[in-house]
Amino acid sequence: MDAFIIILTGSLVAVSCALLGSFLVLRKMAMIGDAISHSVLPGIVIAFLLVGSLQSVWMIIGAGLIGVLTTFLIEFFHQKGKLQTDASIGVTFTWLFALGVILVTYYAGNAHIDQDCILHGEIAYVPIDLMYDDAGNAIGPKAVIVLSVVLALILVFITVFYKELFITTFDPDFANAIGISSARWHYLLMGLVSLTTVASFESVGAILVVALLIAPASAAYLITRDLKWMLMLSSLFGIVSSFLGYWLSYLLDGSIAGAMVTISGAIFGICYLVTVLKK
Amino acid sequence: MIQQVENPALEIHDLTVSYDKKPVLWGVDLTIPNGALCGIIGPNGAGKSTLIKSIMDLIPLNSGYVKLFDQDLDEVRKKISYVPQRESVDWDFPASVLDIVMMGRYSKLGLFKRPRKADRDAALSALEMVGMDKYARRQIAQLSGGQQQRVFLARALTQNAEIYFLDEPFAGVDAATEKAIIQILKNLSSQGKTIVVVHHDLQSVETYFDWVILLNLRLVASGPTTDVFTPQLLEETYGGKLTLLSEVGELVKKGGFHAREKQ
Repeated sequence: MDAFIIILTGSLVAVSCALLGSFLVLRKMAMIGDAISHSVLPGIVIAFLLVGSLQSVWMIIGAGLIGVLTTFLIEFFHQKGKLQTDASIGVTFTWLFALGVILVTYYAGNAHIDQDCILHGEIAYVPIDLMYDDAGNAIGPKAVIVLSVVLALILVFITVFYKELFITTFDPDFANAIGISSARWHYLLMGLVSLTTVASFESVGAILVVALLIAPASAAYLITRDLKWMLMLSSLFGIVSSFLGYWLSYLLDGSIAGAMVTISGAIFGICYLVTVLKK
Repeated sequence: MIQQVENPALEIHDLTVSYDKKPVLWGVDLTIPNGALCGIIGPNGAGKSTLIKSIMDLIPLNSGYVKLFDQDLDEVRKKISYVPQRESVDWDFPASVLDIVMMGRYSKLGLFKRPRKADRDAALSALEMVGMDKYARRQIAQLSGGQQQRVFLARALTQNAEIYFLDEPFAGVDAATEKAIIQILKNLSSQGKTIVVVHHDLQSVETYFDWVILLNLRLVASGPTTDVFTPQLLEETYGGKLTLLSEVGELVKKGGFHAREKQ
């Protein structure tokens, strides 16, 4: 049962990341995903200090806002400050991340939040961290419930607004010209990326979540030439990574999240080989 | 030589645009008549694409305004079609030709609605007009430059617009595509649609356009091709950049001007 819950959690994270990651990869914004996953740290810590729990709605909203702020700052320094995008990303997220590090270390005495937990996560604890209803009955593991809600939100967002996401990703100028604001969809997408990162960091950590955003999407990008297929394939790769990753970590007796990302890297390698051999 | 017209399709009033405090368009003031097939001509860096982008409200204006059919852009967006430069998008994007052409219908669909069969049919008939109907299912990564440009034109055609803005539609396309595109533009023009094209090749100006805008940061001239496309005004437009320009005028007259500007 625990194995099932861990694999399920991993799959929920991986599929959420793969769907959003596909758009990040196509928008050439992979590094913005990286930036967001780090810069939400101060948001997580501040929300934790205010509310006192790691999985509150407020924390997800707060960190989500910080994620959008990060994207905004990156754009701002790039456009108004005439800084190259990569430099702008580098300055913004490291600075916010550093702020988070100071906050974490300052409150290091607190047992519930530390650097390790934020950077690396621990998916093995998911099955024992339960969510209770008002009567005190356990309804299920917290992470599974939160991540299911996040994934449902992403699925609805992508299905309902598929054509807006498609057009603003492919040709933002044309989208603007016909009255579809590319900036609005950019920030909505980044808001969802922040939200997913926050919801996922406890299970896989702020660093490995980047791999899940980029690797399955990149692998799918290599072997398909259709956006819908790319979304489905990257999700499938995410689930396979979660499943095989769990067994790899069982065999090696190592980090589950690490093993999942290793598998997703291996899938990318295989897809790359396939495209090379095809030529 | 700036000729203003009554009831213009496009009116630009005192337009100034700058990038990073450096002006790229300075005090542009012009009108284009309804149904004109108009070429915007000028050297590299003259602000030709910037002019189109500022008409489409894609970049902020420092001063001035743009009116289309005597209205603001937001009120007439559905009557306007825009063909960006081919190089402005990533053609390795995972999409089919039909997917891209259908985008032209998005503005009419609005939020929450998906494309229907009518939109598909419109896209397919637009593809037929540009001679690409056999390529509807093709992935866009497999297209040649000329085919990419045809796809972009087909996307614009599905919009059924009243005025079309094309940014360098003839850059890097094969001769057959160039011929096909200008034929379609001439047909649209004869149906009373207004067409504005950023253009590079001086040699074809006289045969392609009935209205010409000469631009080099400021507006040099705007008027019917026969009045505007003269050696004097061309020299004024290309300025010191071409000391050979007096020769250019002669060559244009003799029809022997082959120097297509490098991209």
